[in-house]
Amino acid sequence: MSKILKPKDIPEEEFILSGTRACSGCGLSLAYRFALKALGKNTIITVPASCSTVLHGMYPCAAVNLPMLNTAFESTGASASGIRAALNILGKKDITVLAWAGDGGTTDIGIQSLSGAAERGTDIIYACYDNEAYMNTGTQRSGSTPFGAYTTTTPSGKKQRRKNMPKIMAAHGIPYVATANAVYPIDLFQKFRRAKDEFKGDTRYIHIFSPCPPGWGFEPQDLIKIGKLGTETGIWDLYEIINGKFTLNNITMKIVQGKIKRKPVVDYFRAQKRFNTLSNNAIRRIQEEIDKKFQEYENSFA
Amino acid sequence: MAKLLLNGNHAAANACKDVGVQVIAAYPITPQSPIVERLSRFVDDGKLNAEFVRVESEHSAITVCIAASTTGARVFTASSANGLCLMHEQLHWAAGSRLPIVLACANRAPAAPWNVWTDEQDSISQRDTGWVQLYCEDNQEIYDTIIQAYKLGEDPEIYAPVMVCFDGYILSHTMMPVETIDDSNLIKEFLPPYKPHTHLDPNDPCIVNLVTFPWIRHDPDKPGIEKMGAYPEFRYALQQSLLKVPEKFKKIDKEFGDKFGRYYGIYKEYLCDDAEFIIFGIGTLACEARISADLLRKQGFKVGLINLKLYRPFPRDDLIEFITKHPDIKGIIVFDRNLSYGYEGAVCTDLKSTLYSAHFDIPVHNYIAGIGGRNITAEQIASATKKSCEMILKGQIDKKPEWINIDMED
Repeated sequence: MSKILKPKDIPEEEFILSGTRACSGCGLSLAYRFALKALGKNTIITVPASCSTVLHGMYPCAAVNLPMLNTAFESTGASASGIRAALNILGKKDITVLAWAGDGGTTDIGIQSLSGAAERGTDIIYACYDNEAYMNTGTQRSGSTPFGAYTTTTPSGKKQRRKNMPKIMAAHGIPYVATANAVYPIDLFQKFRRAKDEFKGDTRYIHIFSPCPPGWGFEPQDLIKIGKLGTETGIWDLYEIINGKFTLNNITMKIVQGKIKRKPVVDYFRAQKRFNTLSNNAIRRIQEEIDKKFQEYENSFA
Repeated sequence: MAKLLLNGNHAAANACKDVGVQVIAAYPITPQSPIVERLSRFVDDGKLNAEFVRVESEHSAITVCIAASTTGARVFTASSANGLCLMHEQLHWAAGSRLPIVLACANRAPAAPWNVWTDEQDSISQRDTGWVQLYCEDNQEIYDTIIQAYKLGEDPEIYAPVMVCFDGYILSHTMMPVETIDDSNLIKEFLPPYKPHTHLDPNDPCIVNLVTFPWIRHDPDKPGIEKMGAYPEFRYALQQSLLKVPEKFKKIDKEFGDKFGRYYGIYKEYLCDDAEFIIFGIGTLACEARISADLLRKQGFKVGLINLKLYRPFPRDDLIEFITKHPDIKGIIVFDRNLSYGYEGAVCTDLKSTLYSAHFDIPVHNYIAGIGGRNITAEQIASATKKSCEMILKGQIDKKPEWINIDMED
C-alpha cells in the first residue's frame, strides 16, 4: 500500500453512536467503526441477520448515524444491488453502498446473492466480518469456522476445514479483494478508503478477521491480544488482490521480510477456550501447514 | 391508444413500460420468462429508462425490488411456481416494509412432480404474506390491472405490495388484442410518478426494519409521552390498510374506467340478477364458466357466475352485500384450481367463512378442477354444477370437495 497512515489521519467524525448493543470487547464494533470512518457520510448500508443487526439497536433507538437497510439473512448481495440500482436510476451514483455481513451470512447462506452481485460487477463494497461462527444465534459452526474449533454444534471441535472466502471472491475477477483484521484499524481503514476511492464502479470485497470474546472463549480485555496473535502467528494473513495480483501487507509482509518474528500457532490456540479440544498433534500439523505457507510467501515476496 | 396483438406476458411487459417502472429484477422461469425478456428488450432499445438487474435467483429478484423500492424507485418483478415459492420469505418482508412492489405471477403448478402448466397453487400459497392479490381473466385485464396495481399499492392509505396473477399458457402464451395506453401523459394523469414514503438518504439517516419488540416503546426524546408502537402495531397497521383495499380498488377501477373505458370491479358477475345458483371462482376457469352458465340456463337451471378479481384482501363486505341483494340464491358452487391439501379449495374456504360470519345458511359445494393444467371444459363445469344444483334442490346440502376430470377411482 502506498502511503502509511497515522492515527491523526483518521477522521474524528464517528458514525457509531454510544449505546450500541454489541458485547464488550467485540471485534466487529471496532472494525465497523473504522470502516464507516473510511467510507464517510455519503454511504448507505445494508445488513442481514447478524450480530450487526443487534449492534444497530432496537426500535426506536438506532446506534448508527448512517442510513441502513436490514435485509434477510441470505440476501445481502441482492439488497445492495437493489439499493445501487435505485440510486443509479434516481441519479445518485456518487453514494457508496456498503454491504456488511457476518461469516454465516457471507460464506454460507448468502454466498449465492453475493456471487451474483459480484458477477454482475455491482458497484458496491461488500465486507464480511468473520467471527468464525454464527455468534448472534449462540455460536453454531459456519463454513468459516476453523478446523478444531468448539461451537455449540461442534461440541468436540469442528472436523472439517474452513472455506477460503477471499479467494472465492477473487475468482470472480473483481478488481479489489482484501483481508483485514479488526485489531489493525489503520490497515483496515486504508483498505476501505482504497476500495471506495480507487475501485468505484465495480464490486469490492473485504474480509475482516473479527475476534469474539464470548464465542471464542477469551476475556473482553484480550481482544487486541487475540486479534494480533491471529496475524502474528500466520493464522490470519493480511493481503490484497488487486486486479488479480496478490500482495501481502502490514504485519504479514513484515514477517515474510524477516522484520518481525512469526509466533508459534500454539500461542494463538491456547489463548482461547474454543480450541481446548484441539490436540497437541493437531496443533503441530497446523504449524507445519503455516510454515509451508510462509515458505511459499518467502519464495514469492521476500 | 393503440391496439396490439399481445400474449398475456407481453401485455404485462407493455404495462410496465407504459407506467415507467424504474427498477426491474427477475429470474427466468416458465411460463413467466417472456415478460422479462420483453422488458430487457425495452430497456436495451431505450424504450424504457430503467435499471434491469439480471439476478441469480427469485429470492434475489424480490430482494432487489425491496431494496430499490425502499430507496425510492418504482419496481417490478415477475415469477411463477417454484420461483414464487422461493420468494416466499421476502414476500413477507415486502409487505411488512409496506412497499408498493408489483409482481406479475403467471400461475403455474409447483413441483413435485415437475409440471409447467397452470394452476393457482403457487400464488394461493402466498396468500397470507400480506400482499394484495388480483386475478385476471384476459390479456387486456392483465395490462390494465398492472397499471391499477401501482395506483393501488402506491396509495398512502394502502402502501402494500400487489400481485397480479394470471393463468400460465392459457393467458401467458395466448395472443389477444390489447388496447395499450401509449400516451405517457394520459398514464401520468392516472398514475403520477412514485413518491416514496420510505427513504435511505445519507442526509437524513435512518435505520429501516430494526429489531422491534413485542411491547410498546416510547420515543427516547419524549420518554413516557410519545408512544412509538412495536411489532404488533406495525402488523395491525398493515391489516388495517389491507382492509381498505376493496373500497380503494373500486374507486381506482372507476377512475380507470372513466378515463380509459374499461371497468372490472372487485368481482365480475354474469347472469346473477335472478340466479338461484352461483358458480364462483377466480381466473380463466371462472371465465370459461360463463359458457357453463349459458348451457345450464338452457336446461332450466337459473345459474349465474361470480369471477372474483380481488382475492386478498378477501372482499367480505362486498360479497355479503351481493348475497343480501340476491335472496334467491339456493347454493354456491366453487371451482378451485388450487387446493389446501388435506382440506378443500382455498377460495371455497374463504367464501364459506364469509357466509358463516354473516349467518347465511347457503350450501357451498366445492370442485377441484384443472390442477397442473388439466384441461377443463365448459361442459365439465356445467355438468358438475348441475349435479350440485340437483343435490341442493333435493336437500342434500352437505358434499365433500370433488375433483372433476380426474382419472382415479375413490
